[in-house]
Amino acid sequence: MAYGKKVLDHYENPRNVGVLDKDANNVGTGMVGAPACGDVMRLQIQVNDKGVIEDAKFKTYGCGSAIASSSLLTEWVKGKTVDEASEIKNTEIVEELELPPVKIHCSVLAEDAIKAAINDLKSKAG
Amino acid sequence: MLTPTYMDYSATTPVDKRVAEKMAKYLTLEGDFGNAASRSHYYGWQAEKAVDKARSQVASLVGADPREIVWTSGATESDNLAIKGIANFYQKRGKHIITMKTEHKAVLDTCRQLEREGFEVTYLEPLSNGLLDINVFKDAIRKDTILASIMHVNNEIGVIQDIQSIGVICREHKIFFHVDAAQSVGKVSIDLASLPVDLMSFSAHKIYGPKGMGALYVSRKPRVRLEAQIHGGGHERGMRSGTLATHQIVGMGEAFAIAKTEMLEEGKKIKQLRDRLFEGFSDMEEVVINGDIEQRVPGNLNISFNYVEGESLMMAISDIAVSSGSACTSASLEPSYVLRALGLSDELAHSSIRFSIGRYTTEKDVDDAISLVREKVEKLRDLSPLWDMFKEGIDLSTVQWAAH
Repeated sequence: MAYGKKVLDHYENPRNVGVLDKDANNVGTGMVGAPACGDVMRLQIQVNDKGVIEDAKFKTYGCGSAIASSSLLTEWVKGKTVDEASEIKNTEIVEELELPPVKIHCSVLAEDAIKAAINDLKSKAG
Repeated sequence: MLTPTYMDYSATTPVDKRVAEKMAKYLTLEGDFGNAASRSHYYGWQAEKAVDKARSQVASLVGADPREIVWTSGATESDNLAIKGIANFYQKRGKHIITMKTEHKAVLDTCRQLEREGFEVTYLEPLSNGLLDINVFKDAIRKDTILASIMHVNNEIGVIQDIQSIGVICREHKIFFHVDAAQSVGKVSIDLASLPVDLMSFSAHKIYGPKGMGALYVSRKPRVRLEAQIHGGGHERGMRSGTLATHQIVGMGEAFAIAKTEMLEEGKKIKQLRDRLFEGFSDMEEVVINGDIEQRVPGNLNISFNYVEGESLMMAISDIAVSSGSACTSASLEPSYVLRALGLSDELAHSSIRFSIGRYTTEKDVDDAISLVREKVEKLRDLSPLWDMFKEGIDLSTVQWAAH
């Protein structure tokens, strides 16, 4: 069971590692997973007044596939509207990264993370 | 292609060249390929001679009589034979067995099977350093206890149990005492002439012998009887039928003989290297050694780098071959049951790496491993939200996680 090339790439060259100001009104923060499961993802998005995601950052505690899934997600959401971002399905992540069955849950967690970030954003607006 | 540096000696070991050379002489037409049970001709006698010699070599390393050594296909089979063998033979005396939660699956799964067949098993918790509290053991003994199975050295954390003391208690209560010594033989001194142990499992592939080969020590004084688990010809005094694999047996004998000569010196060298490896991490923050440091086999270093997940670290340090107690590296999503039994938090269990070094490990290997691991742990901590939270002073045990 060697590591997938794309997963390794995201690990070697992770995109958008970092932190955004979680208190800012245009930043949504999603933290999902649990240390007990060995997977914790924090995904943050920064939205402009047109509702377009202009920046995204992540930090992940988890295996290579978890890191890659969240890294990929931050790449994908940039430039999308919040609604478009909430449409992203974990299966697209699985396909792109060629995740084996035992790692599918990592992609599910990434999908949960972006939804949690969007929810957080919406709760600030409302 | 440059292969990774091997630091997973507890998983398996390469066969020593001297062992492989000996083994090769027992395979082809030009060699001694005969069946050791062929009593009537030269080919059988040659094979039988080789088997007898190997039996003495194995017995010699552990202070046993050669007649007390039963050949098996490995320590897993030896564990099965010992535990099922005793349980079934002596079940009229009682049906209670004592073991530990940290035992190898070969013992635990065998006990589970016996539970399905009507036996009762008590699985004792270790102390947080992995050792068995002798009073906890005493308290678990019942009138109907017939067998205790406690491993000598644990495969994950390398801790050494006090089998002398446990054995004395077993003798007092007339309980059979089985010890899985797969990880200890050839590394820790064993003298069955003086140890109060009735059965002991050995493996060849953990000390530079071939895979698929092991043995079970079955005491003659006091006499221990077993119900055989494999039937068909009555080999090994009726305890384990099947044509003896001469080349495998010769391999195991040779490996044990080498261990007998080289164990002391090799142990010193390996301990030095292992301590050097540990030194290389000792000034890092949030690093925990799993299992007692003193009562530990020389080659093992099981270490948790907090807030960094084990599999991601293993991927990052793929230039070294090691094991992790992380769930991601097992087929289930649960972390190592051994580390959980020590009372480790989930984060620490998921963050563990087991380095196990051996005969062919060099100082350069260790130094390269240190710099690689340090670099990657730092990189992964930069990636870790848990590390951020720790740095901010948040107590992770108080956080409400949104797990799915």
